[in-house]
Amino acid sequence: MDYFLLSIVTFIPAISALILLVVARGNDAAAALVAKRFALFATGVTFFVSLFIIAQFEPENTGFQMVEEAEWIMGLKYKLGIDGISVLFVILTTFMMPIVIWASWGIEVRVKEYMIAFLLLETLMLGVFMALDLVLFYLFFEAGLIPMFLIIGIWGGANRVYASFKFFLYTLLGSVLMLIAMVVMYAEAGTTDIESLMLHQFAFDDFNLFGFQILGGTQTLLFLAFFASFAVKMPMWPVHTWLPDAHVQAPTAGSVVLAAILLKMGGYGFLRFSLPMFPVGSYIMTDFILWLSVIAIVYTSLVALVQSDMKKLIAYSSVAHMGYVTIGIFAANQQGIDGAIFQMLSHGFISGALFLCVGVIYDRMHTREIEAYGGLVNRMPAYALIFMFFTMANVGLPGTSGFVGEFLTLVGIFKVNTWIALLATSGVVLSAAYALWLYRRVMMGDLIKEALRTIQDMSLRERAVFAPLVFMTLLLGVYPVLALDLIGPSVQSLIDNYNSALSIAGIDGNTMIASH
Amino acid sequence: MIQNDLNLILPEILLSIFAMLALLFGVYRGQDKKTATLTLATAGLMLIVGMWMILGGSSSEAAFNNMFISDAFSRYAKALILLSSAAVLIMSLGYMLRHDLGRFEYPILIIFSVVGMMFMVSANDLMVLYLGLELQSLALYVVASIRRESLKSTEAGMKYFVLGALSSGLLLYGASLIYGYSGSTNFQSIIISLDSGSVSLGLMFGMILLVAGLAFKISAVPFHMWTPDVYEGSPTPVTAFLSTAPKIAAMALFARVVYDAFYVLISDWQQVVALMSVLSMFVGAIAAIGQTNIKRLMAYSSIAHMGYAMIGLASGTLLGLQAMLVYMAIYLAMNIGTFAFIMSMERDGQPVTDIGSLSQLGVKQPGRALAMLVLLFSLAGVPPLVGFFGKLYVLRAAYDAGLIWLAVMGVLASVIGAYYYLRLVYLMYFGEKQDLSLDIVKSPILSGFAATAAVVMVLGIINLFGIEAAASLAASSLIN
Repeated sequence: MDYFLLSIVTFIPAISALILLVVARGNDAAAALVAKRFALFATGVTFFVSLFIIAQFEPENTGFQMVEEAEWIMGLKYKLGIDGISVLFVILTTFMMPIVIWASWGIEVRVKEYMIAFLLLETLMLGVFMALDLVLFYLFFEAGLIPMFLIIGIWGGANRVYASFKFFLYTLLGSVLMLIAMVVMYAEAGTTDIESLMLHQFAFDDFNLFGFQILGGTQTLLFLAFFASFAVKMPMWPVHTWLPDAHVQAPTAGSVVLAAILLKMGGYGFLRFSLPMFPVGSYIMTDFILWLSVIAIVYTSLVALVQSDMKKLIAYSSVAHMGYVTIGIFAANQQGIDGAIFQMLSHGFISGALFLCVGVIYDRMHTREIEAYGGLVNRMPAYALIFMFFTMANVGLPGTSGFVGEFLTLVGIFKVNTWIALLATSGVVLSAAYALWLYRRVMMGDLIKEALRTIQDMSLRERAVFAPLVFMTLLLGVYPVLALDLIGPSVQSLIDNYNSALSIAGIDGNTMIASH
Repeated sequence: MIQNDLNLILPEILLSIFAMLALLFGVYRGQDKKTATLTLATAGLMLIVGMWMILGGSSSEAAFNNMFISDAFSRYAKALILLSSAAVLIMSLGYMLRHDLGRFEYPILIIFSVVGMMFMVSANDLMVLYLGLELQSLALYVVASIRRESLKSTEAGMKYFVLGALSSGLLLYGASLIYGYSGSTNFQSIIISLDSGSVSLGLMFGMILLVAGLAFKISAVPFHMWTPDVYEGSPTPVTAFLSTAPKIAAMALFARVVYDAFYVLISDWQQVVALMSVLSMFVGAIAAIGQTNIKRLMAYSSIAHMGYAMIGLASGTLLGLQAMLVYMAIYLAMNIGTFAFIMSMERDGQPVTDIGSLSQLGVKQPGRALAMLVLLFSLAGVPPLVGFFGKLYVLRAAYDAGLIWLAVMGVLASVIGAYYYLRLVYLMYFGEKQDLSLDIVKSPILSGFAATAAVVMVLGIINLFGIEAAASLAASSLIN
């Protein structure tokens, strides 16, 4: 069992999708229910099996574990493995998928295809976090666009065509440059094995390109090519504009997957590729990225304030929260990176839950306009409680996981750059402003809107969907060591390697190279 | 001596004799009533000869005073040509009979064209090159206008003929210059005369004209003008044929000319091929955006794909050649599947080519739509489908040869190109509802081909069906 565990977890959803495609027949309600149950069962099994991964995972071992390897075409390898950085993303994915499926019980059109798309998407997302071969990673990374394109396009809102094309082409454009960089790395290092590439020192001699002096040479260019892809995926300001469109038009479950898992691929990519493989390039670009992140935090928080669409507001808040992630990663110290990973996990639960919250009232009223609501607390006390909880978690209230992530990243960056830390902290205040104001407008006050008079509180199924998310947010909020113990050693070794690579390159990790 | 020579061209002789016997049989006995039998017999023979080529091993022999060469490279190309022609013939039979095109001359002309292609890829001499090219083209001109009563079909044939003749003229002029300045039409002698010292301007001019003539045949920009019109006007089975086998043959011939005869001049032809490659990729990607006719769209798509294949050619390395060969094989599989789908697009018994008719196909005929979806994403080069590996291969070759700018252009064009493939997916799955919907064509053969191609696109990522090893063998037989 343990030998192929990763492959088994990765491909259970894909095989289930295949079974659903071949076996399931009929378009009636009964067939739809079968498809829903089957998908829930398949994702549940995947989650259950993935628990074996965490049971067998040895946190103190900083190398890759449970590695599977096989020869593939073109000198590439099929190689899977996990370490402290990826293990929790794997669990996050398998944990979220049953919730996502259960939350889409209300889907009525083309249910079978819907479930197939989500099951395929799960395989591809898991593959991204486990792949230990460049091209295999790219394969999973890009292939996720196909089901997501269809999910937004087929089951999305009114403006879905625009959003789906924008999503696909935007991310594809970001990624193709990464593909070129991968080809370059393959040619330079002679391998696509991620483990070996981490040990390979790419050239960092300055050179001239079209009259521009490129500091850090090849490493900087490779870094930028990967950055183009991950920054779009994250998304970082100013290439975040596809996200609000995609979120608003996607069906609820699509938004949840997008916010909870797909966005994490960018941050994961920075940790897996950019820092370990191009330390000099990362170092040179650190200031640039930190400032982009701070702009993202402040600017998108302000933009979130003026949104009239609830999903759009949460989408902008996601961009702001991802700003903390990049700040933490490029602080390049233990607290920073621990915090970044933690923030990604916690954002996975919280933003996923917030999109589900929007989905609950959207299913009832078929509008996401904040204006259309008000005073919901009078008829939906349970809903008000859950929405309150996740609003607070989004703000970063101590006791919820949101606090731990933000706090750690801010501590990490404070050691490196006080100005960035100062400005980034202002985002905490702003997030309280937009989140609480949203809550006030939707929930508080008297129930004066005629259409809302008969609105029903959450059903048992809806409450059950939120239960695991509430549990995880609280658990990680009061006992963060649970996750930090798993990621700590791997992050430690990542930072050690990063610093030693920099010192080999003759850069002292503690001084900025503005004078260079 | 002559016996050895004849042995070497036995496959071509067999096909030619079969074609002539079939012609006699057709004229005297069956006429159009026997079309089905003839087509299937032809396809069967092609499959057998194709298998023969696959099992050919790695020997390299020349015949007829070194004018004709049979090596792993030519056999690789011939196998692709024969198998794809057989596939197109089997696919098109039902379409031809349904739409009153079941003429017995059709399979016979295809054989002649295929024999021409086989000579092209085995040419080791400018004379054989020209003979093969003309045999191939003349048969194709006729086939393109096989729907005699249709204005568009005859126009397509006429256009193809006039422009094809022009390109042949260019090519012949180039060949005569080369002959004049090197003193021989044989590739080996040309290599010797190139090696012996300074290259005269006349020879260079000749080579460029030759390259222009060949670029015409693979419809590389700026010699692509005929492609959309001919693709649109010809009956769909003929379009399917035009977009597959002749492209392989011309590409292989192109490779033979530049990698074998003119390899010394690599710095000269490399820029030309690289430029044509960039132009083809971008024109193919941008011009296809506005198309509403799926056959015209596929014409631009094939122009773009030739651009990618030419990246491999332009790199001028063993890896590049191998990449081009793998790319062409993948392209072939995708195109056969796609055209199987296009042939099954009918409304009220009439073939339709308007892409609007695909609207909501995903709801009405989910199986067909799914196969087409896979093929379209593969054509767009989106992982994890096989089309992506073709692109990865040529990109790697380009970087290896120091042409990283070409690789960057290639991926940028592929993003633009993704748009129009996505547009077809959009129409099938979430386009506006239209009253005009496609008939459900009960053709197990067409559905089978489209489905098989789609499955190949998915399963191919496991090991590319071993095409890699064959391509590597073929490439190393040309560069030694």
